[in-house]
Amino acid sequence: MKAEFYDFYCLSEMASVLRFRKLCYVESAVKCTSVGYESFEIDEKLDKKEEDVLSANNFALEINKKRKQPKRQPKEWRCLDSCCWIIGYLCTTWWLLLFFYHCFPVTLLRVPELPGPGVRLKLEGLTALHPVVLVPGIVTGGLELWEGRPCADGLFRKRLWGGGSFTQIFKRPLCLLEHLSLHYETGLDPQGIRVRAVPGLVGADYFAPGYFVWAVLIENLAKIGYEGKNLHMAAYDWRLSFQNTEIRDHALTRLKSKIELMYISNGYKKVVAVPHSMGVIYFLHFLKWVETPPPMGGGGGPGWCAKHIKAVMNIGPAFLGVPKAVSNLFSAEGKDVSYIRAMAPGVFNSEILGLQTFERVMRMARTWDSIVSLLPKGGEVIWGNMDRSPEEGHVCDFSKKSHSKTSLTTNNVNNSDLKRGFLVKDLANYGRIISFGKPASILHSSKLPTSDSKVFSRTSTSENFNNFSCGEAWTEYDEMSRQSIQNVAADKAYTTTTLLDLLRFVAPKMMRRAEAHFSHGIAENLDDPKYNHYKYWSNPLETKLSDAPDMEIYCMYGVGIPTERSYVYKLSPNSRCKSIPYQIDNSVHGEDGSCLKGGVYFADGDESVPVLSAGFMCAKGWRGRTRFNPSGIATYIREYRHKPPTSLMEGRGIESGSHVDIMGNFALIEDIMRVASGATGDEIGGDQIHSDIIKMSERINLGL
Amino acid sequence: MSFSRRRKGTDSSKSQNLRCNIVKEDEKNNLYESPRKESYNSKKWSCWDSCCWFIGFVCSVWWFLLLLYNTMPASIPQYVTEAITGPLTDPPGVKLRKEGLTVNHPVVFVPGIVTGGLELWEGHQCAEGLFRKRLWGGSFGELYKRPLCWAQHMSLDNETGLDPPGIRVRPVSGLVAADYFAAGYFVWAVLIANLAQIGYEEKTMYMAAYDWRLSFQNTEVRDQTLSRIKSNIELMVATNGGKKVVVIPHSMGVLYFLHFMKWVEAPPPMGGGGGSEWCAKHIKAVMNIGGPFLGVPKSVSGLFSVEARDIAIARTFAPGFLDKDVFGLQTFQHLMRMTRTWDSTMSMIPKGGETIWGGLDWSPEGSSFNCGAKTLRNNSINNTDQIPNINLANMKNVNYGRIISFGKDVAEAHSSKIKRVDLLDSMKADMLANLTNCDIWIEYHDIGDHRIKAVADYKVYTAGSILDLLHFVSPKLMARGGAHFSYGIADNLDDPKYQHYKYWSNPLETKLPDAPDMEIYSMYGVGIPTERAYVYKVTTATDCSIPFQIDTSVEGGSEDSCLKGGVFSADGDETVPVLSAGLMAAKGWRGKTRFNPSGIPTYIREYSHAPPANLLEGRGTQSGAHVDIMGNFALIEDIIRVAAGATGKELGGDHVYSDIFKWAERINLQL
Repeated sequence: MKAEFYDFYCLSEMASVLRFRKLCYVESAVKCTSVGYESFEIDEKLDKKEEDVLSANNFALEINKKRKQPKRQPKEWRCLDSCCWIIGYLCTTWWLLLFFYHCFPVTLLRVPELPGPGVRLKLEGLTALHPVVLVPGIVTGGLELWEGRPCADGLFRKRLWGGGSFTQIFKRPLCLLEHLSLHYETGLDPQGIRVRAVPGLVGADYFAPGYFVWAVLIENLAKIGYEGKNLHMAAYDWRLSFQNTEIRDHALTRLKSKIELMYISNGYKKVVAVPHSMGVIYFLHFLKWVETPPPMGGGGGPGWCAKHIKAVMNIGPAFLGVPKAVSNLFSAEGKDVSYIRAMAPGVFNSEILGLQTFERVMRMARTWDSIVSLLPKGGEVIWGNMDRSPEEGHVCDFSKKSHSKTSLTTNNVNNSDLKRGFLVKDLANYGRIISFGKPASILHSSKLPTSDSKVFSRTSTSENFNNFSCGEAWTEYDEMSRQSIQNVAADKAYTTTTLLDLLRFVAPKMMRRAEAHFSHGIAENLDDPKYNHYKYWSNPLETKLSDAPDMEIYCMYGVGIPTERSYVYKLSPNSRCKSIPYQIDNSVHGEDGSCLKGGVYFADGDESVPVLSAGFMCAKGWRGRTRFNPSGIATYIREYRHKPPTSLMEGRGIESGSHVDIMGNFALIEDIMRVASGATGDEIGGDQIHSDIIKMSERINLGL
Repeated sequence: MSFSRRRKGTDSSKSQNLRCNIVKEDEKNNLYESPRKESYNSKKWSCWDSCCWFIGFVCSVWWFLLLLYNTMPASIPQYVTEAITGPLTDPPGVKLRKEGLTVNHPVVFVPGIVTGGLELWEGHQCAEGLFRKRLWGGSFGELYKRPLCWAQHMSLDNETGLDPPGIRVRPVSGLVAADYFAAGYFVWAVLIANLAQIGYEEKTMYMAAYDWRLSFQNTEVRDQTLSRIKSNIELMVATNGGKKVVVIPHSMGVLYFLHFMKWVEAPPPMGGGGGSEWCAKHIKAVMNIGGPFLGVPKSVSGLFSVEARDIAIARTFAPGFLDKDVFGLQTFQHLMRMTRTWDSTMSMIPKGGETIWGGLDWSPEGSSFNCGAKTLRNNSINNTDQIPNINLANMKNVNYGRIISFGKDVAEAHSSKIKRVDLLDSMKADMLANLTNCDIWIEYHDIGDHRIKAVADYKVYTAGSILDLLHFVSPKLMARGGAHFSYGIADNLDDPKYQHYKYWSNPLETKLPDAPDMEIYSMYGVGIPTERAYVYKVTTATDCSIPFQIDTSVEGGSEDSCLKGGVFSADGDETVPVLSAGLMAAKGWRGKTRFNPSGIPTYIREYSHAPPANLLEGRGTQSGAHVDIMGNFALIEDIIRVAAGATGKELGGDHVYSDIFKWAERINLQL
C-alpha cells in the first residue's frame, strides 16, 4: 500500500502499481475510499510493517485530497494539472516580485511625481492664515450605516457609499439600494434605517480608492501648514434637502459652530469656504440660514457673514442648476448611460436576474430631494425658450478640443457671424431641454404643436386608472396610464419652464415633496416677505446675498468640455411593467460640427455644469451692486481651460477642467492657496475668462 | 489576506521539502522492492514542477473557499458560535432597547494614552507618501518597514515637548480615532455599537480626540483641543434641547478631563473662560473608566527603564534578542528616547507621595490582596471572606510602599536594617561625563557611573523619593514635566498658586467644580494582579544600554506570593491599582470635602474580572482588564442607563468587590 501511493506520486512506476495493488490494510482501505480515491482497488495484505503504513497513510491522505489524476496515464499532464502548475508558477513569481518590491527602498520605486503648487508656494513663503472650510458636493461624500435591516448585518459604521470600495454594492445590491433610499413621502429616513454622512476629512477626500476628490487640495494645503485645526470638511448627507440636513442632523448648526470656533481659535482670522458642485448651493443656503432668526434659521444676526467669512471660492458651481439632473430624474440616464445602452441594448433593459437596474436606480434617486435642487433655475429667461438660447452660436468641435483650442476660440470670436452663417441650418435649440424626436428639436416653434401645460392637468385626473397587474408601484410612472404617457411625448418640446410642469405631471408626489424645499423661479420683488422662507435660500435668483461688502465670491470652473445641455427623447420600446417609458434617443446625430450627438445637445462647460450655470451669477447677476447683491460683494470669474493629461503618469491630469478632476488642477489649487493665505481676488489676477460667458450673459434679459 | 497567503506559501514550501524527501525515500524503496523498475522518463515531474503544482492547487482551493466564504450569508458564523456556546446573551444595547431606553443625554468619549490614533501631516523625506496615514494605531505597518523613521516622527522636541521642526503629527479626529486600536482590537467600538442600538449617532456622540503625547495644556497651545472640546460640548447641549452631556473618559483621559474641567472655568489667558457655572450647566455625569487618578506605578518603570512586566519577561526569555544590536537598531534605546519626549507619560507618576502610596514600612494595601487567587476570582464575593485565611498562610508583609528597591533582600528587610547612602550627597559627587560614542540620546549617558552607583546605593525608593530619583537620573525630562504636572498634596487649596494649570490634573491639588448636580463615577476592573512595586538591579552591560533593569530572577517564596519576576503585584485592572482608581471616589471626594466643596456625589462601580470562557468570546464580556473592560457588558449597561437618564442611585450606588474602603481608612488624608 505504501508503495502504491509513492508510485503514483513519482509517476514512473506504473508497473509496480499494478504489482502492489494488493498491498493494503483494512484501516487504510476505509480511509482511502472515504476520501474518494476510487481508482485504487485496495485489498488486504497482512505482511506489512505497521509504521510504514501509518506514515504512508497520512501522507497519502494529504495527496489524495489534492489530486484526482488517474493512474492510467501518469506521464501525461492533464489540463487541470497544467492549470494548477501555471497558477502556482504565477503566484510564486508574483510573491517573489512583491517581496522584492517591499524590500526596495521607498524612494527608488516612486513615480517621479510632479511637485504640486504647495511646495512651490511654501518656498515663496506662504503660510496658513485663514481657516479653510471644504463643502463637498452631491455624490462625492461618503455615507455610512448606523442602523439597518437584517440584510445589512455587519455593516454597522461601514461605508455604504464612497470612500472604501463599493464591494457591498456588488454583494448585496438590492439591500444597498434599499438602505440608500429615503422615505418617499417625507424625504427623511425610512423606518428602521439610519444612514449618515461620514464626518471629517475622510468623508470626501477619496471617492473610491485612488479616485481623489479633495485629497490633492488637502495635501497641498497641508504643505503650507494647514491641519485639523484650521481645515474642516463640512460633511453633510447630500441626499437630503438642505433644510432637512439641519432638521435631522443639525448639520448647519454644526457648520456654524465650527466656523465660529475656527475663527476664534485661529486668532480671529476669517474663514475661506471652498464649496464644490452642489455644495455651492448648499453653502448659499447656509449663508442665508445663518443670518435668519432662530425658528427657521441659525440666528447669527445680519453681520455674521461679514464677520466670519473672507471668501467663498465656488468650484464648478451649479448655481442655476444642471440639465443632467433633468435626464436623471426623467429617465435615470445620462450621456454615458445612453451610450452604453446603445452598445449593449440587452444588458440593462432585459430582465436578466430580475435586476431592472434603471428602474431601481430611478426609484432610489427620486427619493433624494437634493437632485431636485439641481434642476435648472430661472426658467426661460436664463435657459432660453423654444427658439433662442443664450449660448446661440456655440461651435461644437468634438474632434480636437484640447490643444489648439485657444487659437480656435479667438477665431470664433472674430468670425462668429461667419460661422453662424454656416451653421444656421443646424442650429442647436438649447432652449428646448427635452424634445421628443429630432424634428421637434430643430423645427421652428411655430411649426410645433403648442405646448400647453393644461394638457397635464386634464389627463392626469381623468385617466387615473392604473394597471394594477404590475403589483406594487415602483416609480410614479407605474401610476400613469399609457395614454397620458403618450400625451407627454406628443407635446414634442419642453423648455425649462414647461419642464417643471412635465415633472410635476410624471412624478407628482416627488415634486410636491421636493418643491417644499426648493424653488426654481426668478424673484420679481426680493423684498416680498415670502422670500424669507428657506425654500428660496438655495436659489441665487430668489435671494439677496448677505450684507458683507468685504466678502469675495469666486466662480471657478473648467471650460472646453462638451457638456450636456438638452436632450432628444423617444418613447421606450418595451411596454412591460415597471419600466421607464422614456429614454434618450441615442440614434439621433447631427452633422459634423453639430452640437447634437447621441441624442444630446452639448454646450461649453466642465462636463457636468454648463458655463451658463456656473458663471452667470458672477458675470452678471451679482456683478457690481445689483438687487441680488445689494452690498456689492466683489465677484471673480476664474475659468480653467481643460487639457487632458498628456501621459499616463499624470493620472487624471494637472490641468484638467472636468467637474471633479478640476480639484487636481494645479492652477486652481494655487488660486485657492493664495486666497487662503491672505491674497485678494485682485491680487490673484481678477477675472480669467476663456469662454463666451460675458457675451451669453448680455443676451440674458434679467432685471438687476 | 496577504499575510495568510504568505503563510500558505511557506507552508506549502515546507511540505514540499517534506514531500521531496519522501519521494527520495520512496525511490529507494522502489529500488528495493521492484527491481524491474524502468529508467526515469525524461518527462517526469521535477521537484520544482510539483512545487508549482502544489502552490497552484493550494491557491485555487484558497480562492475557491474565499469565494464561498464571501457568498455565504453573514449569519452562518453566528449560528456556528451559538451551536458551540449556546445562545448568546443579548448585548446590552439590544436588551435595553427592548426595555425602552432611548437617546437622552449626548455622550462625550475621552480616550486614554496610547489608544488614540495619530496621523502624519508633515514629515521628513523618509516618511514620503505617508501623508494623513496613521503612524500610531491601525496596522503599525510603517513601524516594521521603517522603524527609525517612525521613531523619529513619533518623537517630540526634547526641549519644548512640542513638534520637532518639520514634523507635524496630529491626532485623528472623529469616532474613528479610537474605536479600534489595531484591526480587530476594539477600544471604544463595542460601546459605540451598543449606544447606537438605542439611537445614538454622530450628532449625539463625540470623541474628544487629542494628541496624547503632549502635556495637557500643550494640546490647547498647539491644537486648541480644549477649546474644541468646549465648543463641541456646548454645541451638543444646544442642539439636543439643553440636555447635559455624559462624559466617559478612559485611562489617562480621566486626568485629561479633570484638567479640562478646571481649564474651562478658569479665566481666559490660561483657561477657557467658561465661567464658574460651566460644568454645572453642561455636564450631567463624568463616568471615569479605569481612571489613574493618583498615577500608575507602571509609569515609573516606564520612565526609569522603559520596561513593564511584559517586556521584562520577554527579556528573560530571549536575553540576547532585545538588548543586542542585532540589526543595529538598539530597540530599547530608541523606544526610551521616544517615550521620554512624551510629556503625558509624566502625568501618571504616582501622586500624593507616601501619604497615599505608603512609606518604607507600611502601605494602605498591607498584604490583603491574594495574588495567587486568580483562579478563585470567578466568585469573588466569597473571596473577600477568604482573605484572612490567606493572610495567615502568607505572613510575609508586602512592602508596597517601596516602589523601587534594589535587590530582593532590600525589598523585604525592615527599613531600620537597610543601609542607605544619601542621594543628595552623591549629587555633589564629581560629574564624570563619559563621552561614549553612542549616537542615541538618553540622559543616562550624561550622568556618569558614579551617579548610577549612587542610585543603586540608595536602595529603596518610596512614592515620595521616586521623584527625587527621576529628577536625579533625568533632570531635563523632569524639568520639562515639572512645568506641566505636579504630584503633591495641597495643604491649602485656596493658595493662589493652585490656579496654575500644572495642578489641574492632580485631584489632590484641585477642587472639583461647583456643580452639586453633577455625578462622578469611578468604574474599574478588579481581580487582576497589577504592578505595584519593582525590584531592580544594575546591569553590567555595555556603554550604550540602559543601566537599570527589573530583576526578573526575583520570585516570591510561595505560590501565592505577590512578588513575581521582580514585580510586586496588588489588586487592580492589570494597569491601574485599585488604590489609584478608587481612592478619590471612596474618600477624597466622598461627601463634602475640601477637594469637593460642593459635595458632588461619587459612585464606585467595580467589575470583577472573569476571563473569557473560550476563544469564541474573544476578549470577553466580563473582563476587568484595563482596556478589555470597554467590552464588559455590565459596564456598558451602566453607561447606557446613565446616558438614557438614570442617576447613580438608580443604578444601585456603589458596587464594590475590593477592599478600597478599608484601605481608604488607613490613608491619613486631611479632608
